Amino acid sequence: MIRTLGRSALSVVFELGEISLFGLGALRGFFAQRGRLAKLTLAIHEIGVRCFPIVATVGLFTGLVMGLQLYYTLVKFGAESALGTAVALSLIRELGPVLTALMVVGQAGSAMASELGIQRNDEQIDALQTMSIDPLGFLVGPRLVATLICFPILTAVFDLIGIFGGYLTGSVLLNVDAGVYWNRVFESVSWADVQGGYIKSLVFGLLTISICAYRGFNTHRKASFPGVRGVSESATRAVVWSSVMVLAADYLITSFLL
Amino acid sequence: MDAFLKIRGLKKHFGDKRVLDGVDLDVAAASVTTIIGKSGIGKSVLLKCIANLLQPDAGTIQLDGQAIAQSRRRANSDAGVSFSYMFQNNALFDSLSTFDNVALPLREATKLGRADIQQRVSAMLQQLELSDAADRFPGELSGGMKKRVALGRALITKPQVVLFDEPTTGLDPERKYSVFEMIADYRERFGFTALLVSHDIPEVFEISDQVAWLDGGRIQFCGPPEALNSEAQTALSGFLSKANYGRKASAQFGGTQ
Ligand SMILES: Nc1ncnc2c1ncn2[C@@H]1O[C@H](COP(=O)(O)OP(=O)(O)OP(=O)(O)O)[C@@H](O)[C@H]1O
Ligand SMILES: [Mg+2]
Repeated sequence: MIRTLGRSALSVVFELGEISLFGLGALRGFFAQRGRLAKLTLAIHEIGVRCFPIVATVGLFTGLVMGLQLYYTLVKFGAESALGTAVALSLIRELGPVLTALMVVGQAGSAMASELGIQRNDEQIDALQTMSIDPLGFLVGPRLVATLICFPILTAVFDLIGIFGGYLTGSVLLNVDAGVYWNRVFESVSWADVQGGYIKSLVFGLLTISICAYRGFNTHRKASFPGVRGVSESATRAVVWSSVMVLAADYLITSFLL
Repeated sequence: MDAFLKIRGLKKHFGDKRVLDGVDLDVAAASVTTIIGKSGIGKSVLLKCIANLLQPDAGTIQLDGQAIAQSRRRANSDAGVSFSYMFQNNALFDSLSTFDNVALPLREATKLGRADIQQRVSAMLQQLELSDAADRFPGELSGGMKKRVALGRALITKPQVVLFDEPTTGLDPERKYSVFEMIADYRERFGFTALLVSHDIPEVFEISDQVAWLDGGRIQFCGPPEALNSEAQTALSGFLSKANYGRKASAQFGGTQ
């Protein structure tokens, strides 16, 4: 029992190490590529632009719900004027980075894992190798660099729209004074909170996109089935693993930041 | 003189299935060697080992006096041997158009300018009768057209070594003839060393300097195509007669070259 536990813990550590090397190799490979700007633009489109609608929508609803829930909690203590503080801080510190990462995993990460898995099975990745094109730098590198650019921006969008959603429920529907709401938002958020959220979004981005790309890229080694079933397994595993890792990393980073 | 490509004692197994069991093969520089053999006997596995895509269990592969793994690592430097591989299943990028597929190795692995690439790829597509399909994606092409795109991608870099895995399977007789002619023509012009897997017996012998018969995990016969006729190996002649080698080669293949 203990032995199995130890063994699976070791294999997780080993796999995390492999994923880190994979990500580093991809980043390094990217800077040896030709036409980096064009490739980066495509990747930004894939990760940033195509995820924008879902991130904005989820951000709005999260803000709306939080406005509602927190209002009814705070009003019990007669503290509904603190709504702005509560909404802004929980979004910027926690929910923004986490939910944005989960949404991007669902939208772009799963697609990336299955795309790379199909390219692996169809020998397209082998073909790159025979053409002396570094498959990691060519396929994964641009996506990781795009992640560094897109995740903080998407997270900021999520936070802003979420705070606006809190305003909609809190001030427009319920009766928190709009001036008080915004005043609390601006007063309570410190630069350290924004920085913490920024760090989280970068870590989550690198983590999730590396895991998804790694799973797809190594379908032939990691999946327990060959062919289409292997690809679908890789995509599912990629999503599950990156979501779990986001929450685990969130706990770790938060405990360091607080 | 040492062979340009030298394979010794190559072994590869999958699970408990021994696919290659001691392959020895010498290929001279600027020659065309054709590997024949039954389906599923390990021809593609042999090519993939040579391309360094599969790690053999034992044995050595030397290209120009260098271990293959080393040689592939230096492929992009001036000292390296340039190389290409035409996959049996084509392995085209399905999100890139025909033009971009053929241009890919030039764009990514050479320093050629945009205009040069444009001109070279257009010429290649014209030669392959694919000009009309330049903007179409692999999913919109027929099987034979995809084969020709893959051939174009393999030849566009003017490589020194080319591995062709069944370049003509699924082509009509006329196209098959023109693909063989193109390989012979490129060999003439650029002097590449080619290793070819083909089931198109006897047509493929017209462009081959050497034929190697893979069976039972080893090269059972290796020699010039003319030697096939006189060869006393009953097993090989059995294989060849089933492959219809009985019919007159010259009548089938109205004198190329
Ligand atoms: N990745 C792999 N994993 C397991 N077995 C494999 C793998 N690749 C090839 N094989 C096995 O190796 C053997 C040789 O396969 P290979 O593709 O080389 O045949 P082939 O001679 O090219 O046949 P064909 O003429 O039909 O293309 C087959 O029995 C195949 O099942
Ligand atoms: Mg084959």
